[in-house]
Amino acid sequence: MQLLNQTAGGRAEQPGRLPALELKSVSKRYGNVAALTNVSLEVYPGEVVALVGDNGAGKSTLVKAIAGAHRIDSGEILVDGSPVTMASPNDASRLGIETVYQDLALCDNLDVTSNLYLGREARRRHSPFLDHEQMEQHAGQIISELAAHLPSLDSLVSSLSGGQRQAIAVSRAALWGSKVVVLDEPTAALGVAQTAMVYDLINRLRDRGLGVVVISHNMADVFAVADAIYVLRLGRNAGEFSPAEATPESVILAITGADSIKPKASEIR
Amino acid sequence: MSTASDSTIQQRFRPRGGLSNYAVIIGLALVWVVFQLLSDNFLSSRNLSNLVLQIAVLGTLSVGMVMVLIIGEIDLSVGAIAGVAAGSMAVLVSILHYPAWVSIVAALVIGALIGLLHGTIITAIGIPSFIVTLAGLLIWEGVQLAIVGDGGQIGISNLFIQSIASTYVPIPLGWVFAALIWAGITVFVSVRRRRRMRSGLTALSVTAYVLTLAIVAVVVAGVTLLLNSYLGIPWVLVLLLVLVFGFTVVMSETPFGRHMYAIGGNREAARRSGIKVRTITVFVFVMISTIAAVAGIIEASREFSASNALGGGTLQLDAIAAAVIGGTSLFGGRGKIYHALLGALVVGSVENGLDLLGQPAAVKNVATGLILLLAISVDAISRRRRLARGAAS
Repeated sequence: MQLLNQTAGGRAEQPGRLPALELKSVSKRYGNVAALTNVSLEVYPGEVVALVGDNGAGKSTLVKAIAGAHRIDSGEILVDGSPVTMASPNDASRLGIETVYQDLALCDNLDVTSNLYLGREARRRHSPFLDHEQMEQHAGQIISELAAHLPSLDSLVSSLSGGQRQAIAVSRAALWGSKVVVLDEPTAALGVAQTAMVYDLINRLRDRGLGVVVISHNMADVFAVADAIYVLRLGRNAGEFSPAEATPESVILAITGADSIKPKASEIR
Repeated sequence: MSTASDSTIQQRFRPRGGLSNYAVIIGLALVWVVFQLLSDNFLSSRNLSNLVLQIAVLGTLSVGMVMVLIIGEIDLSVGAIAGVAAGSMAVLVSILHYPAWVSIVAALVIGALIGLLHGTIITAIGIPSFIVTLAGLLIWEGVQLAIVGDGGQIGISNLFIQSIASTYVPIPLGWVFAALIWAGITVFVSVRRRRRMRSGLTALSVTAYVLTLAIVAVVVAGVTLLLNSYLGIPWVLVLLLVLVFGFTVVMSETPFGRHMYAIGGNREAARRSGIKVRTITVFVFVMISTIAAVAGIIEASREFSASNALGGGTLQLDAIAAAVIGGTSLFGGRGKIYHALLGALVVGSVENGLDLLGQPAAVKNVATGLILLLAISVDAISRRRRLARGAAS
């Protein structure tokens, strides 16, 4: 809790800057289960926020709330300081928030360009026909900016490696997300080299001035890329840390709530 | 692994289905050579002209089947729908004496409504298309029997409807059509090439460009010459080519077509991308049923009647077989409209060739089945390879 105050104070020292995305006391219930209780979160432009927590801590619910997939029961979501309502993923997209889910949601049978423009294809002016050239040009720009390691834009996604697929999903989010990009477990299925590539990708998103939210289990991830770490436990905020000042051990303590478990453990013996 | 050497390997072995396309064409050439060796008449202009007439119905049905397979669904009822459409048209034109065009439009509308019903049940209740169209097969075959009645067939004496499948484009007009087709393809290829070069994207080299246009010219001129040396280009071939061309444009040049591929590739990803999966699915079933009605009209025109056997037998299974043999995947997301034409040519050539050799239906069925098995095996193996590549990464 000391740490929470410290870091919150540190980040608030940027006067006049509004968070790209802010959650204020957000709550969400599924029937009798409180999935989120008064959760707050701030993501500034050009900042990477890591969201950590154990299974069932409410990370997925929070992601779905930010992505517009689930409505929140109470609390406020603010984009650039103004409150918004998100009833569908399209609402989130319109507000400049893009989410990359763990399964990446790519179509293996389509090429890289088609995946980047999936559902948002460019048409030639005054015609129902696809503007292949415009799409390929823009796709080429974003890919060379973010992920230079792709074989070519017309290779099918099925021919790409796990890291390359992650890169395409992230590039798609960057292409459309003007404010905030949310990455759900971006390194979960990746090897060492590919994980490094994703870190690089996240840094480039930050350099483009986007707010980035990374959901992760992996302390190495979190300390490698994050500017701020939020811990969720049992659907509540359980601490906010600065990677520069905190240690992985202290974050893990907050995740597991080890302090509060100890007395119970001694009762049981 | 995303190393540089990996990328070059992937570029060298571009898995774009190019090889399997050549495989079909080589297979077709092989079939033709074998039958020509066994029977001198196979490659005669008369027989090839007959072949075109024989595959018109099958090719038309397969165009629809390719689209349904691309979105990862299947339609087992196309033959019965063709039968219902043909029967309705025959009743309207021969018994109720409506004008030909009214009867034809009515048959198409009936086809479209059947597709609307199938698509709505599939998407609203969430039953697999396999089951819904299997039920449809039984229902529409029953309806066809009821429409055609006890006579077993309704004769069609209307000259316009008779002429659809039995008249030929006059020889000079045939050459005009051929020139138009070549000019159209030339404009398309040239405009695309210029646009890509202007946008700084990789485009066809001059050699590839000239070679493409030359090959198109040779093929178009060759087919025209061949058909014109018998009775001319059959109008049904013109109809089939218009269908193939039109739906090719839809599939590769419009967002709608792109969305169809996306649905077949990853339904959930398509849905999350804001693609209207249900609406598109319903629309595809409307399209295939309308196309099936077109096929029914062609077949009725060929037979000068709508019988209760029209569209029955192995026709609807042949339509699926032709689409798959042409290179369209049974697993969704992969296929081109021209696969229908290629596959129908293979199936039609085998049947036609075995006919020439005096083989019974038993041999034809076994031969078609074996080719289908081969095509599906190629499809399944290439799919497993793709999956293995994805899992290894």
